[in-house]
Amino acid sequence: MKPPPFRYADPGSVDEALDVLAAEGDGAKVLAGGQSLLPLLAMRLAAPTTLVDVNRVPGLDGVATAPAGVRVGALVRHAALLRDGAAAGVQPLLARATASVAHPAIRNRGTTVGSIAHADPSGEMTAVLALTGGSVTVARPSGRAEVGWQDLFVGPLETSLSGPAVVVDAFFPALPDRSGTAFAEIARRKGDYAVCGAAVVVSLDEDRRVAAVRASYLSVGLVPEVHDLSEAVAGKPVDSADWAAAGALARTLVDPDTDLHATADYRRLLVGVLTERTLAEAAAEAAAKVTGE
Amino acid sequence: MTSIDTERTVSLTVNGVPREARVPVRRVLADALRDDLGLTGTHVGCAHGVCGSCTVLVDGEPVRSCLVLAVQVEGAAVTTVEGLARDDHRGGQVLHPVQEAFRECHALQCGFCTPGFLVTIAAGLEARDATQEITEEEVDELVGGNLCRCTGYANIKKAVRHAAATMREDAR
Repeated sequence: MKPPPFRYADPGSVDEALDVLAAEGDGAKVLAGGQSLLPLLAMRLAAPTTLVDVNRVPGLDGVATAPAGVRVGALVRHAALLRDGAAAGVQPLLARATASVAHPAIRNRGTTVGSIAHADPSGEMTAVLALTGGSVTVARPSGRAEVGWQDLFVGPLETSLSGPAVVVDAFFPALPDRSGTAFAEIARRKGDYAVCGAAVVVSLDEDRRVAAVRASYLSVGLVPEVHDLSEAVAGKPVDSADWAAAGALARTLVDPDTDLHATADYRRLLVGVLTERTLAEAAAEAAAKVTGE
Repeated sequence: MTSIDTERTVSLTVNGVPREARVPVRRVLADALRDDLGLTGTHVGCAHGVCGSCTVLVDGEPVRSCLVLAVQVEGAAVTTVEGLARDDHRGGQVLHPVQEAFRECHALQCGFCTPGFLVTIAAGLEARDATQEITEEEVDELVGGNLCRCTGYANIKKAVRHAAATMREDAR
């Protein structure tokens, strides 16, 4: 249970990090919080030739909150995002989902952007990035570019990024008006990887009727997916909408796998249960806002 | 030019004492503390971040020392279980309220996981408003990230409440 040998660099800027990544080639890997990467090394599931530690790069540890959304720097720890009241005001899913990321000691070190770049389909923040329609900023030797979530996730632990690249931040768009969110997950032990999880957004119209319902799930597909469940409940008054019908629809849209922790059928059942539960919660939050207008 | 190394000399402060060690870059902090600095109070259980036995404070915050490389704590202040007790005025030491509570409540059996619990709970209790009574949710959150195979947690949770009560008395 010791990491295999590697070379180590801790550059002082993104440009220097890109230089090292370019010089060291495909075997080089960026190290941020390391809370997913170091276990992979300890179990010898990954063997990078070089770790490029970005923890000493200044300017990557900020959370920039604006009316349009929240931009989270690459070195922002889950614990910092969880405590950020301004960010939660603009996009409540950030605090709701980070609260379910592992344990406090892991959240003190692990980064939100790192967990997105790690592209684990059981990750909380990959699901939230997808559901909110977010994106990441990728620095390459040729310059910086915004990459949308659909173009980022390729497979389990696999992104579309190749060659020298550093994800410098992630952008989570703001929650739209008259909308509510909820997040829930089921894990075998508190803080463990979720057997299934759901992040949802419910949006209402001015007459408190359901306008749009979207959901994203954890540990269900190979990559984060967003499912539109609006057809099950659209146009219904928020107080009488049939959230169980939306849950039933969700069960028909997902295609989970069986593994050691749960069968595909059990995961599909959980998708229905968690969808119904979280939608009711999100709808109540949205309804309270419309009443207040 | 960024230096790319396979070995480095790391300087850090451990329990208030400046320390230095020459380590391979792949060495995790837990192993550096135990093998290079001789501080064997930090225990390595699972070595991949699940059990919490190796939890130490880095700049005051609990982290898994098996999931941090020794080279990453260059310049940092690390507190291990050996650093929880305070010096008293007679040249001896006074246990931290959490250590005292573990003894009082019989919150350990084999003791393997205990250093991780002590460090995590001590930091958690010190970070909260000591004048407020601790809630069951807070207690669960404080112990939820550490595995104990002996006690069944009942006495560990009792010790957390006991330590919180002691710290509440002290805060008055």
